[in-house]
Amino acid sequence: MSENSVKRHSTTKMVPVPSRSIVPERDLGRQPVLECHHLGIEFGGLKAVDDFNLTIGRTEIAGLIGPNGAGKTTVFNLITKVYQPTTGTVMINGRDTSGMNIVQASKLGIARTFQNIRLFSNMTVEENVRIGLHNQIRYGMFTGICRLPAYWTKEKKQHQRSLELLSLFGMQDMADVQAGSLPYGAQRRLEIVRALATNPSLLLLDEPAAGMNPHETEELMETIIRIRDQFQIAVMLIEHDMSLVMGICEGICVLNYGRVIAKGTADEIQQNPVVIEAYLGRRKEADA
Amino acid sequence: MRTKKGKLIYNLITFGLVTAAFLICNSMLQSGSMSRTLKGQLVPICAWIVMAISLNLVIGISGELSLGHAGFMSVGAFTGIVVSGWLLNGFQVENDALRLVIAMVAGGVAAGVAGVIIGIPVLRLRGDYLAIVTLAFGEIIRNVMNCVYVSVEGSSLRLGFINPNLPGTLLLNGPNGAVKVQRISTFLAGFLLVIFTLVVVLNLINSRSGRAIMAIRDNRIAAESMGINVTKYKMMAFVLSAVLAGMAGALYGLNMNTLVPAKFKFDQSINVLVFVVLGGIGNILGSVISATLLTVLPEVLRAFSQFRMLVYAIVLIVVMLATNNPLLRSWFNQLTAKVKGRITGRDGQTTKGGGAA
Repeated sequence: MSENSVKRHSTTKMVPVPSRSIVPERDLGRQPVLECHHLGIEFGGLKAVDDFNLTIGRTEIAGLIGPNGAGKTTVFNLITKVYQPTTGTVMINGRDTSGMNIVQASKLGIARTFQNIRLFSNMTVEENVRIGLHNQIRYGMFTGICRLPAYWTKEKKQHQRSLELLSLFGMQDMADVQAGSLPYGAQRRLEIVRALATNPSLLLLDEPAAGMNPHETEELMETIIRIRDQFQIAVMLIEHDMSLVMGICEGICVLNYGRVIAKGTADEIQQNPVVIEAYLGRRKEADA
Repeated sequence: MRTKKGKLIYNLITFGLVTAAFLICNSMLQSGSMSRTLKGQLVPICAWIVMAISLNLVIGISGELSLGHAGFMSVGAFTGIVVSGWLLNGFQVENDALRLVIAMVAGGVAAGVAGVIIGIPVLRLRGDYLAIVTLAFGEIIRNVMNCVYVSVEGSSLRLGFINPNLPGTLLLNGPNGAVKVQRISTFLAGFLLVIFTLVVVLNLINSRSGRAIMAIRDNRIAAESMGINVTKYKMMAFVLSAVLAGMAGALYGLNMNTLVPAKFKFDQSINVLVFVVLGGIGNILGSVISATLLTVLPEVLRAFSQFRMLVYAIVLIVVMLATNNPLLRSWFNQLTAKVKGRITGRDGQTTKGGGAA
């Protein structure tokens, strides 16, 4: 089954859009989820990201790859407004995010996972997901303290919804386990569930397959595609595992020293001599 | 941290223990078998329990170290005394219970306002800086209280900052504090305040807002990226804690004949911090027990009072050594896992192993 779905998506036809990027053909008529224009950030004179342009279609699975220290996570931090860019803009669902903070960006429909897992480790698995539902199913402090009827109905809703989301990864049986005591792979999956709970239109995954074995990675690939199909959202992921990136990503963007060196489909990226050079280095003249 | 069933049991145990302790003390009071010193300690114990729980809300649940908690208690205490005196002299409200309730509410509101004013600048800081600034604010409150003069004339309050020669009956006399306070606090009122505090804090923890507060404690960046307004929820915990401390202050103040501002010095804040740390950070029941014990013990062991600080130091050193010893810690973890497993009806080890996929 995984072979089928992987093939289906790696052969998506990609078409160019005005902002010098590509999106899947099916998303052409719709507003892109994310548009980055000339995005850049400097840390005390060091240009960590420079002139970064990217457009992501409404249901695209996009990949962001590059050697270590290329600035991939910095791009994620710029999109989620952890850092404010020194140049350029980020548009989410067509809205300019300049001057916004992390919370406002999240409310626009961005959710993310972290490279070094950031779960609420002293809370249970279900409570972690419920935090993701914080802005979806809401009631005030006094309702909570006085246990008004709204408290009981909303709590029940939160409970059902979190079990539903956990069942995406077959984790509904672990709802009462303390998040910090989960095995590594399960913690990564829980982070994805928690991000999904915020009802995002763009899901940013920072190395989702790190620390997973090939079998788990295979499952993860299927799940990412299933999530995209079921929720009709866009996914952007940073990953070093090339089987995952080449298998499910439709548009891939390669970053090196903070600059985009290539953009295209998996096939194009694999053939691109600039990308090969960035990863493997240039062949010495004498060897040639 | 705990399963749903475990949480319910924990809450029931907490409420059960407090109620049982109240009933026992009350029957001892009735039969007259309680010593005079202990009798005098009953209301202060309730006040310190509320203080410990409310500080635990900031330290254990919200994860910020606040060292100015006695400041809020002082605001609540003096507001309560003024309001009670005002009601008695200005409006001839003779009903003690009614005056006490209004005084406690007023004390809570005043301390809450102080909490908002202090929280706005302070909650921008983190860690040690926050602790230092709250410490300073606690001292500022005490020094302000040192030069406040309040009197009641007819049905209006007169407020002065320099001159104690205000017209009417003097309620607050600057550094001399409140004198000739009517003692209207009762043990029943104290017990009800403890129950009220427990309901507020335990219900908060198991609600959307409480989870948001704990999420910020566990991982601020992740909480923000889930769309949680960090400032709002930190402020919520801080102000709620100040309100409860203010109510405890009113209860405490109205149990004294005289009360000077110097009573709420920095070492009182530390005292409450000791209750919280000894009872277990984030553990509400622990706060209740340690506040009770540490208020009663010095009175009971008055004969050995000169050795108190010595023993304190030794206990602190032993605790530090013990908690940093990996062998002791792993042994303790095993023990708690076993106990927890027995309470919740399953083995702590399998719960952990069940996560393997």
